[in-house]
Amino acid sequence: MRKNPTRVAIVGASETSSVGHLPNYSMLQLHAEAAQLALADAGLTFDDVDGLATAGATPAQLTEYFNIMPHWIDGTSVGGGSFLMHVSHAVAAIQAGYCNVVLVTHGESGRSRVGINASSYGPSTIAGQFELPYGVWGPPSMFSIPIVRHMHEYGTTEEQLASVAVATRKWANLNPRAMMRDLISVDDVLKSRLIAWPLHLLNCCLVTDGGGALVLVSEEIAHEFIKDPIWILGRGETTAHTNISMMEDMGNWVAAKQTSSDAFSMAELTHGDIQHAMLYDAFTHVPIYALEGLGFVNPGEGGPYFAEGHTAPGGNFPVNTNGGGLSYTHTGMYGMFAIQESVTQLRGEAEQRQVDDLEISLVHAPAGMFSGTATLILGNK
Amino acid sequence: MTYTKPIPKATPETQEFWAGLRRHELRIQFCNECLRYYFYPRPFCPFQGCRSDNVIWETVSGFAKLYSYVISYRGFGGFEDDIPYVIAVVELNEGPRMMTNIINVDPEPKNLIPDMPLEIVFDDITEEVTLPKFQPMSE
Repeated sequence: MRKNPTRVAIVGASETSSVGHLPNYSMLQLHAEAAQLALADAGLTFDDVDGLATAGATPAQLTEYFNIMPHWIDGTSVGGGSFLMHVSHAVAAIQAGYCNVVLVTHGESGRSRVGINASSYGPSTIAGQFELPYGVWGPPSMFSIPIVRHMHEYGTTEEQLASVAVATRKWANLNPRAMMRDLISVDDVLKSRLIAWPLHLLNCCLVTDGGGALVLVSEEIAHEFIKDPIWILGRGETTAHTNISMMEDMGNWVAAKQTSSDAFSMAELTHGDIQHAMLYDAFTHVPIYALEGLGFVNPGEGGPYFAEGHTAPGGNFPVNTNGGGLSYTHTGMYGMFAIQESVTQLRGEAEQRQVDDLEISLVHAPAGMFSGTATLILGNK
Repeated sequence: MTYTKPIPKATPETQEFWAGLRRHELRIQFCNECLRYYFYPRPFCPFQGCRSDNVIWETVSGFAKLYSYVISYRGFGGFEDDIPYVIAVVELNEGPRMMTNIINVDPEPKNLIPDMPLEIVFDDITEEVTLPKFQPMSE
């Protein structure tokens, strides 16, 4: 990488005014409201935007709806981690001089399904030939398939999986915007109805409506906005497959190891520097795999780590402090909300759930179901 | 009775796989350069460091071991009546892995131990299409 390139910062960030059940919003409205609020957060409007990145919706749909004609667009759409990749790509685009003000948007009517784009796999696609005939029916039946391998290789237990939901709910309890706030026990998780063993209902994320957006600029102008900049210190991204049956090692998230390594290398930081992490939690096993894959703990230590309470309020390594996809909100492509929470924490705006003296946060999300990942390291200094 | 579940449709590079199953043969590809089997079908060897075009089709044993799985308690698109059913990834004795269903077993975790030996069952779902399913190895 080029030495000493221009640094890039997030100077505007916002979610939609509410998240959860929003049947009165179309998908495009959610994008637009989040975009307008994030731009307002920086004192800007659509007229200032000259770079646009989005997933779910296409850049073409949004440029039409927003009535803008940017100089750079990115429609990388590989699942929940897409927005982390957009941030990463925006850094490069701004450094290259392609554009100056990048807007990254997410909007998804995941629960109400108003104005959504159709998606389906035909019978001659790879999934249509080699997965769908066996009755996979959505993420709970596919993203979950590796878990048994992890249990077999490392002794990870159903109780440890449940403890991820328990710890995350404790954070949600401190977040008034969270959809599910009542504290739960390991027993509550194990007694909730079976979805796809070993997943019970409370091992699974919520399904909600909402959106979020970010505004990014270069360091030359980063201090000219309303709030202090949040710097992109490191990034990594990859995809390795799309079908879950093609995950080469179901006991280890090899892709996460790679994007972690790239992000730490760029940031010139080590794991000990990370004070807070957002580890995308579509299901309770995903943060366990992430913690191990990213290198925070050794393979097999992720389950015990969550069960021992390190990630919960009062623990030494706060994880998923908004309440996560499990308890806060999960529109479908949750990665935007993971970034939003890191920004909120780094700005010191997280109120009851604020992590003290926070300077560096890591965000991690899958691209699809284990099929790739993206890592960002963000800082406020 | 009409088959209501998703029916796979072959593409040029997968034709031989599906044609083989119709004859109750499990046919996958083998790389003559690096001497490894691979799946799913592609016109080149996908292994890092190889990528050879010198690949052939072979009929393999139909023996496998259980790699990982879920027991689905929800089903859609024709699978409603099968609940609970096992969606698995199995590792063929020749190396490659594929998704399948484990059938002819009571779907309980205690009966589905990772690495347990399995054998293929050719499931003729329509006049034209046969799916490769697996069951615990007979005694």
